[in-house]
Amino acid sequence: MMRRLLLPLFVIALALLPVVLPESAEFYVTLLNYLGLYALVALGLVLLTGVGGLTSFGQAAFVGVGAYATAWLTTAFGWSPWLTLLVAVATTTVVALFLGFITLRMGGHYLPLGTIAWGISLYFLFGNIEAFGGHTGLGGIPPVSLGGMELKSGREFYYLIWIALMLGVVATQNLLDSRDGRAIRALKGGVVMAEAMGVNTAWYKIVIFTIAAQFACVSGWLYAHLQRFVNPTPFSLTQGIEYLFMAVIGGVGHVWGALLGAGLITILKQWLQDLLPKLLGQSGNFEVIVFGLVMIFVLHRARDGLWPVIVRLVEKRLPMAVRANAVEAADALPRRERPAVGDTILDVQQVTKRFGGLTANNSVSFSVRAGEVMALIGPNGAGKSTMFNCVSGVNPPTEGEVRFLGQRVDGLASREIARRGMSRTFQHVRLLPTMSVLDNVAIGAHLRGSRHFVHASCRLDRDEERRLRAEAARQIERVGLAEHMFDAAGSLPLGKQRIVEIARALAADPCLLLLDEPAAGLRYLEKQSLAELLRKLRGEGMGILLVEHDMDFVMGLADRIVVMEFGEKLAEGLPRQIQEDPKVLQAYLGGVE
Amino acid sequence: MDFQIALLLGQDGLTNGAIYALLALALVLVFAVTRVIFIPQGEFVAYGALTLAALQAGKLPATLWMVVALGAVVVAVDGAIALRHGAMRRLPRMLALNLGIPLLLWALLAHVETAGLSLIAQIALTLCIVVPLGPMLYRLAYQPIAEAPVLILLIVSVAVHVVLIGLGLLFFGAEGTRTPAFSEGSLELGAVTLQYQTLWILAISALLILALYAFFGRTLYGKALRATALNRTGARLMGISTTMAGKLSFTLAALIGAFSGILISPITTLYYDSGFLIGLKGFVGAIIGGLVSYPLAAAGALLVGFLESYSSFWASAYKEVIVFTLIIPVLLWRSLTSHHSEEEE
Amino acid sequence: MSARPVLLEAKDLSVSYGKVEALHKVSLTIREGEIVTVIGPNGAGKTTLLSSLMGLLPGQGEVVYLGRTLGNDVEVEERVGFGLTLVPEKRELFADMSVADNLLLGAFDRYRRGDRDFDGTMNEVYGIFPRLRERAAQMAGTLSGGERQMLAMGRALMAKPKLLMLDEPSLGLAPLIIREIFRVVASLREMGVSVLLVEQNARAALQVADFGYVLETGEVSLEGPSRELENDPRVIEAYLGLGGKH
Repeated sequence: MMRRLLLPLFVIALALLPVVLPESAEFYVTLLNYLGLYALVALGLVLLTGVGGLTSFGQAAFVGVGAYATAWLTTAFGWSPWLTLLVAVATTTVVALFLGFITLRMGGHYLPLGTIAWGISLYFLFGNIEAFGGHTGLGGIPPVSLGGMELKSGREFYYLIWIALMLGVVATQNLLDSRDGRAIRALKGGVVMAEAMGVNTAWYKIVIFTIAAQFACVSGWLYAHLQRFVNPTPFSLTQGIEYLFMAVIGGVGHVWGALLGAGLITILKQWLQDLLPKLLGQSGNFEVIVFGLVMIFVLHRARDGLWPVIVRLVEKRLPMAVRANAVEAADALPRRERPAVGDTILDVQQVTKRFGGLTANNSVSFSVRAGEVMALIGPNGAGKSTMFNCVSGVNPPTEGEVRFLGQRVDGLASREIARRGMSRTFQHVRLLPTMSVLDNVAIGAHLRGSRHFVHASCRLDRDEERRLRAEAARQIERVGLAEHMFDAAGSLPLGKQRIVEIARALAADPCLLLLDEPAAGLRYLEKQSLAELLRKLRGEGMGILLVEHDMDFVMGLADRIVVMEFGEKLAEGLPRQIQEDPKVLQAYLGGVE
Repeated sequence: MDFQIALLLGQDGLTNGAIYALLALALVLVFAVTRVIFIPQGEFVAYGALTLAALQAGKLPATLWMVVALGAVVVAVDGAIALRHGAMRRLPRMLALNLGIPLLLWALLAHVETAGLSLIAQIALTLCIVVPLGPMLYRLAYQPIAEAPVLILLIVSVAVHVVLIGLGLLFFGAEGTRTPAFSEGSLELGAVTLQYQTLWILAISALLILALYAFFGRTLYGKALRATALNRTGARLMGISTTMAGKLSFTLAALIGAFSGILISPITTLYYDSGFLIGLKGFVGAIIGGLVSYPLAAAGALLVGFLESYSSFWASAYKEVIVFTLIIPVLLWRSLTSHHSEEEE
Repeated sequence: MSARPVLLEAKDLSVSYGKVEALHKVSLTIREGEIVTVIGPNGAGKTTLLSSLMGLLPGQGEVVYLGRTLGNDVEVEERVGFGLTLVPEKRELFADMSVADNLLLGAFDRYRRGDRDFDGTMNEVYGIFPRLRERAAQMAGTLSGGERQMLAMGRALMAKPKLLMLDEPSLGLAPLIIREIFRVVASLREMGVSVLLVEQNARAALQVADFGYVLETGEVSLEGPSRELENDPRVIEAYLGLGGKH
């Protein structure tokens, strides 16, 4: 119960601080103001780096955009700071969208490199534009007025900063706990899976980059009106690097890590700036040596930063009552129209897939009907998984046609194919190991919701979110994993993780299910219940395409079988025919003579 | 701008471009072999130049203490590991490389009046001090997390850069230095006047590039580095250790960095933090080559050199802005032409 | 036969990926100059076994090679120096380098230890795979599947191994080429190289091997001289699941 009180106590303490601190402690108010400004930037990096797996060294430049936009517009044209806030955020958005668009399509390291270059050039730009006062800077920025009151003192401004920061924290937490939040959390290590579940990952990367930039911009706007003066120095690349250090040292995967990191670095900097020059007998910014070493140490030894370490310590002292994990009842989500049993839903015609000079699939044709289990078997390297990737759009075919529900789908992105009602599992399980089973399965239902990050930040998505979670829970119960609903997906044995993948695929409400080795790693009884589940789905009219090595499982379940060897179709028929086919025996056992 | 000035600027651009090209090659090499984006490359430029300047002034360069200290840390870390595994036979080599050589250097420098030495001897000493920092840094900062994602390695690189900048200020102070030219004077070629130093830079850069080309094309160690870049598992199965490849590529990068600093310090004043911008310009070149192609990286770096030199004529204040904004169209071009696979990193 | 000295012995070797055990207490013995095969269906743990013997994956249990215990701290590179080589299932060639350079790199460890005499070995390899000599200047990435396998094997032989481990050398190859590859495997015995051959192609593997192990779901389910295994109906069962039991 003590844990519950920590947050309200923290907020009350924050609110009272400027009131109780004596005049002589003005320094601490200033320190806290800066801490809040830095934390807001670091918060954006938590979303971008910790959650999304991208990063930027150029956040200081976005801070500069916010600061210079308001400094220039308020001093040169007398605009209201509230109007310039809008202009600043809009400018930042445009710049971030542009930078994101050109760098995010390539490997993950192009964005940070691009931000380094952009951070440097913007810094020099600020220092060279005459309207911005060159390297001397711009002074005489008016204070912000709120309801007729001008926020002139540090103590008054404190509230504006910390309210902005707390709003940022709440909005970020809300966002992460939503449909878009799950998609964003999948960006780090789950791009292929997320795309196959219909998530436009490139778009979400741009979204979080833009949100992070906007946080930085607001911080800059606040900074300009707190200082009432701007010059280029605080927007240099060095500062941009320091922001990243704050986020990483504090705990880049955690919203509160941003505050912790900003606090630590800000205080450490004050202290080291006093201490080091005395110690070394020279003046200079030697604190960066310590920061850099701490950074290297953290990345070697505690890559998740200090916040998780603190949480573990607190949890030992103040064990929390078991969290009441529950899924609220909610209306079922609408289901898609289903084809009639017996209709051909998937028609693969002469599909060929080449990788450079290697032909992985050579002119393979087969079809799947609604309400049947079709098994694709063959020795290792026969091209079965390649065929799966061709059908599901993960890796489009070189030649040939794939028709799904009568429409050509070859060449479409996997998320487009998913949208049409095809859902799949992966041979190498692609779950997000630290997320709960429920959250993992809910990603499967991504396309069945429409509320996005703006709704989520303001909690306007709760009704739909309840329905999505209830749907995910239903599918988890259906596959028999109800007891693991709130466990981290990575903590399950591999066989059960494969079943979670099936639940996730089912959450998409597909009419064709592609299962890549679903029975691998299962025990006998688990295989039995999986077969039972698949029979039930078949009975409901689902088409199932299955790659599997366990022959007992396949022979007992499949309606029809296609055997592949060397990327070509070797045989097709009923299980009994296949088992007696000498060519198949030859393919499996081989032989040279 | 008349023809005369254009030629002059072209000469400047070519000189700087040659240096950027060297750095770009080193960056591509380090990235290909270790997946490390070597931001601290520029600090080696500054360390090289400033160490040489200290030797010429007859002072003991502080980088000497750094190489001794880093060597001691490496011995402590590796020694502890060797003791735990009972692999005592690794100790002699480890001690000799990481402590023996730096201590010998120290003993040598303490007894020799370095200011009176020939330039070649001074350069050789500078390289002996600065280059070992490369593999030592690899050992301490990168090797423990060699399998980490590129992003983490990049953040470590930035942290290392920040540390080296801070130490640079501590070691060399805030004043800049220039070293005397390899040979004074200039060459009249019709309308053009070529400084001898310019010729030195171009000749040595070309030689270094040729040497690298020969190293990768002819020697088994060079091929082993390429093999590691192409296929790490395949290379390990041939007995090519990833650690060895990492240290070797960092040694080359440190050598190229320090040598670049020595080459340009007669024509520009270098400060403890000048290396960063120089290194980044090499980077822009490397990115033009997509961080994989050596010839494209070198060509890109030359382009950066010319762009910088001509923009300093027309819009001197915006020189850096123009150079670093160049990366935007480059990235745009690369993102439109390259098909990045959706595979996770 | 059994008078031959033991080259490598694994006792109760287990390997896990996180919580999942891929190999459970597998024991096997390889004698000098012997070809031993491990057969079994997909996903039985064959590749895991080789990766662990080569030091790519940490395992539990004991592996003794020429009287020396190979613990988890003995790195891959060191094992190469001891005379173990692995031709992995994915071949892992250096695609943008020439065939000749790929072969040269096979001798990297010998070069590192001061042995510069590998022109002779190179000629031997070209003798075994004449196709490689024809393709010497070609980039490895442009080779056909069969040529890639030949190059991978040739590259491994450049290290002058005592034990050559082959992971699915027949994978994805046409029957004619498979025959060629197995002919070479058989000839290695005469060259004094021991072979650990992992194969799905059970019949071909048993024909060339002296001794065989059948691996099923991470455990050895059958072992014996390959002549005996060749006709054992349980081998067919393991592959096609005709038994319907478990």
